[in-house]
Amino acid sequence: MWSFARFCAVACLGAIAVFWAVTRPAQLDKGWADPPTGNAEAGALVFAAAGCASCHTSPDVKTSDGAPILTGGRAFETEFGTFYAPNISADPSVGIGDWTFAEFARALTLGVSPAGKHYYPAFPYTSYAKMDTGDVADLFAYMKTLPVTPEPNKAHAVTFPFSQRRAVGVWKRLYMTDAYHLENASTPELERGRYLVEALAHCAECHTPRTALGGLDHVRWMEGAPDPAGTGRIPAITPQKLDWSTADLVAYFTSGLTPDYDSAGGDMAVVIENLSKLPEADRMAIAAYLGAL
Amino acid sequence: MSKNFLLPIAALTTAVVLATTASGDGHADKALTAAIDARQAQMQLVSYNMGILGGMAKGETPFDSAMATAAAESLALVARLDRSILWLEGSIQGDVPDTRAKAEIWSDAAGFEKASSDLEAAADGLVTAAGADITALQTAMGAAGQTCSACHKAYRGPRN
Repeated sequence: MWSFARFCAVACLGAIAVFWAVTRPAQLDKGWADPPTGNAEAGALVFAAAGCASCHTSPDVKTSDGAPILTGGRAFETEFGTFYAPNISADPSVGIGDWTFAEFARALTLGVSPAGKHYYPAFPYTSYAKMDTGDVADLFAYMKTLPVTPEPNKAHAVTFPFSQRRAVGVWKRLYMTDAYHLENASTPELERGRYLVEALAHCAECHTPRTALGGLDHVRWMEGAPDPAGTGRIPAITPQKLDWSTADLVAYFTSGLTPDYDSAGGDMAVVIENLSKLPEADRMAIAAYLGAL
Repeated sequence: MSKNFLLPIAALTTAVVLATTASGDGHADKALTAAIDARQAQMQLVSYNMGILGGMAKGETPFDSAMATAAAESLALVARLDRSILWLEGSIQGDVPDTRAKAEIWSDAAGFEKASSDLEAAADGLVTAAGADITALQTAMGAAGQTCSACHKAYRGPRN
C-alpha cells in the first residue's frame, strides 16, 4: 500500500518535471547574438507588412501626425477567452522602451516575454518565428521612432485551464514550426511571396481554419475559416476556390477593389492599407504565392 | 349606461390609432426601402464606371483616354447625387432589411460628409488621370480604391 502511494507520488512528480521541461520557454539561438544595425526606414515597411498596427493601435486613438500610436487595448474575443493587445510603444514601464534587442527578438520569434513567460498565440509569433534577423532589427529601429504612450495594459480575461501560461508551452510544441507550409518556392518571387505571406503578413492566421486546440489546420491551408469576431466567414483564397487573376489580386492589394469593384471591408480593409504601402513587387510576390497553392 | 356607451368609442379610437400607426410605419418603410434601392443603384453605377477604368488600369483592356474620360466623368456625376434624399435617417442595418448602412452615417454626419466628398474628389482625380496616361490612371485608381475602402470601413456593416 505504502509503495503504491509512493509510486503515485513519484509518478506525479515525474509528470510535473516532464511538463515543466516540455513547456520551458525557449531561448534565442546563437544566430541572434550579433544583431545587424537596424534601419528605421526599412523597418517601416516590415511594420506595415507584419500588420503590427492593425492589432496594437486602439480603435479610438490610432495615429499622431500619421504615425501609429501603439497603445494596445484592442480586445480579441475567442473561444478561449478575451485577449487584449498590449502597449508596444517605447514607453519604458508599460511598453517595450527598455527592452534589449534580444528580448524583442525573443518575444517576436519565440513568443516569450522578457520575464520568461509564454505569450498567448493571439500574438502571431508562430508566423513571425520565420522572420529574418535583419527585418527584426529594422523593425526594432522603426518602432523606437514611434510616439510613446503610457496607456496601461489590460489583463487578458482567460479562464482555466487556458489561464495557465505555462501550458502554452505544450501548444507551442504542437503547433510552432520553422518549416514553411509551401515547401517548394522555385523562384525568387515565390520565395519572397512565401516570406511575406507566411512570416510577415500572417495571412493564414485568419484565412486558415483551426483545429480544436487552436492550431492552424495545414490540411485546409487558406481555405477560409469562421470569422473569429463572430459573424460571417473569412474567405478561402486558394486558386481552387478564388478565381481571381494575378492582376486582380495585385489590384486588390493596391486599391482594395475586388474584380467586381466592391471594396475590401472589415479587417481586410486595414490589411490593404498596409499592403498598399509595400513595393509593387511585393504585392506581385504575394499574388504569385497564392497562385502556387 | 354611460360606460356601455363609451366602450365602443374607446375601442374604435384604439382601432383607428392602431391602423394609423400601422399605415404610418408602412409609408416609412416604403420610403426607406426606396432610398436603399436608390443608393444601391448609385453604388452599382459607381462600380460599373470603376470597372471600365479598372480594366484599363489592370491591363485587361487597352488604355483609351476618351472612354476612360467618359467613365470618370459619369462617376464624378454619380458621386454628386444629393445625399439628403438618399441617406434617409433610420435606414440602418438591423432595423430595415437589405442594407448594410451603419448608424454612424447619421451619428457621425460630419465624418460621412467628409467621406462622401472624398469620393467626389477621387472621381475628379480619375477625370484628370483619364485625360493623361495609363500610369496616372493606375495611381488614381489606387487612391480611389482607398477612398471606397475608408468609407466602407467606417460606415458599412458586415455582410449578413
